[in-house]
Amino acid sequence: MAEKLSRKKILSPEKIFMGMTGLFSLSVLLISVVVVYELFSASGPTFHKFGLKFLITKEWDPVQKVYGALPFIWGTFYTSLLALLIALPVSLGIAIFLSELAPAWLRSSVGFLIELLAAIPSLIFGLWGLFVLSPILQQYVEPPLSNLSWLPFFTGYPLGLGFLNAGLLLAVMIIPTISSISRDVMYTVPSNQREGGLALGMTRWEVVSKVVIPNSRSGILGAVVLGLGRALGETMAVTMVIGNTPQFSLSLLDPGYTISSVIANQFTEAFDKLQISALVELGLILFVISVIINAFAKLLMLRMNRFSRGARI
Amino acid sequence: MKTDFRYMRRKVFGTIMLGLSFLAALAAVSMLFWILGYTFVKGISAVNIDFFTKLPTPVGVPGGGLANSIAGSIIVVGMAGLMAIPVGIATAIYLSEYGRGVFASTVRFVSDVLAGVPAIVAGIVAYALVVTHMHRFSAFSGSVSLALLMLPIIIRSSEEIFRTVPDTLREASFALGVPKWKTILSIVLKTASGGLVTGTILAVARVGGEAAPLLFTSFSNSFWNFNPGQPMATLPVDLFNYSISPYQDWQQKAWAAALVLVGMVLLLNISARLYLARKGFKRNG
Repeated sequence: MAEKLSRKKILSPEKIFMGMTGLFSLSVLLISVVVVYELFSASGPTFHKFGLKFLITKEWDPVQKVYGALPFIWGTFYTSLLALLIALPVSLGIAIFLSELAPAWLRSSVGFLIELLAAIPSLIFGLWGLFVLSPILQQYVEPPLSNLSWLPFFTGYPLGLGFLNAGLLLAVMIIPTISSISRDVMYTVPSNQREGGLALGMTRWEVVSKVVIPNSRSGILGAVVLGLGRALGETMAVTMVIGNTPQFSLSLLDPGYTISSVIANQFTEAFDKLQISALVELGLILFVISVIINAFAKLLMLRMNRFSRGARI
Repeated sequence: MKTDFRYMRRKVFGTIMLGLSFLAALAAVSMLFWILGYTFVKGISAVNIDFFTKLPTPVGVPGGGLANSIAGSIIVVGMAGLMAIPVGIATAIYLSEYGRGVFASTVRFVSDVLAGVPAIVAGIVAYALVVTHMHRFSAFSGSVSLALLMLPIIIRSSEEIFRTVPDTLREASFALGVPKWKTILSIVLKTASGGLVTGTILAVARVGGEAAPLLFTSFSNSFWNFNPGQPMATLPVDLFNYSISPYQDWQQKAWAAALVLVGMVLLLNISARLYLARKGFKRNG
């Protein structure tokens, strides 16, 4: 009898159900292990041949079988930082407008429209960047900038395609991410804090800049980090406007290349095993960067949620 | 008098800054309408019945459409959904109904980090997992890459939906003597079903426009193909290939594809969001 009972207990539907959903959860961990394993094993050949020199080599020459990641790492970070520089002030402006100024009806509709901007596929941004933004830059923006060629940022010819175009496009693409998280964080600032500031004779802007923003600092940082993560991994839009030239240049007018765009362009055409492995290793670098960035953002948000319930990323 | 002047200065400065924040919001909304409007104007002239019913024609041959890649997109995304949705929802059930310990928080953390993995990396993984073993590009490998992208999105949204199911419903069911697993299946899942469907639709809309992981997994195909083991054309990949081509008529097709793609993605997205808003769920992320 006792034996029967205990057997029944082990195989109770309750346990089976919990065990099955638990197994599915475990599969998520297994999938991530497979992802890491595949990336490492497929990038083996380049890693054995070039080692860590891969990271600092400037050449990328499939004919000579020399592969280096430096111009791509540079292009990825340069375009992303440029995008962040443009997107951060605009996104903060949007977040301030939505959380502090806008009446309720405008708040929800403008918030909705800006989130729609995030839903547009990256290809559409690329198409717009290639056929609309690029001619505008080439004719009206880059020629005056190239007059400032004594600055290292503005040397080269106005091509319309290059770091500037990619940076601007990425900025538009990450503005929804940064602004909507910042707005959610600003909402969580208790209103008695604002009232306290007003009671001390602050102007509305001073309440925003001295009370609301300092209070949501870590959340805004999290938003920025997430925006950076999105910009670093963005592929199609950048591939269409970056100019696809592996070079190490400071100039915004110059064409460049990013990790994701070289993978998108060369993967199907690479039949040399070493080239495929080099492309996979570039992917691995991108993966490691994005894991670090997302884990950091997640930890920031966890820390913040301990103080206030609210915005989840 | 002096303090008055200082106060005025602070007031004016503040008004300027708040005015700038309004302009920032205006700029973002105008970008949306600029991009959508331009796509609509360029695309509408190339969209016709042929576009949805005919196969693509070679360069210079007028007419033709992208019927095969529209169908291909539906098949590739559909297979991805078949892989990701059951796993995602089952995981979310575990996380929200049983997940209290270290294991659950690890799964949650890993899934959130996976959500930030760039789409192109998902493509590489699918390539290494499937294409290198099958020795050819295939629709199936494309679905694997999209499933990898969908899974964390579905886990996150489903868990949040399950958490909005009030505990009183669960307790009422327990009080009637219904075991927990039955409560989850017949009360929690049923209550959450609308939210689950919309969360899934948002995930589909999100990966449906992706081209990056499909470039070297499902590849492309100028003909009809319904075999998942063979290369299959998809709308995003064709859009990309046509847009960077130097031919006028292909670029024209790219705009048409862009209009159809953006139309489908936004239709799914807007209807899901309106449903969630009406139900009072707060969507995050």
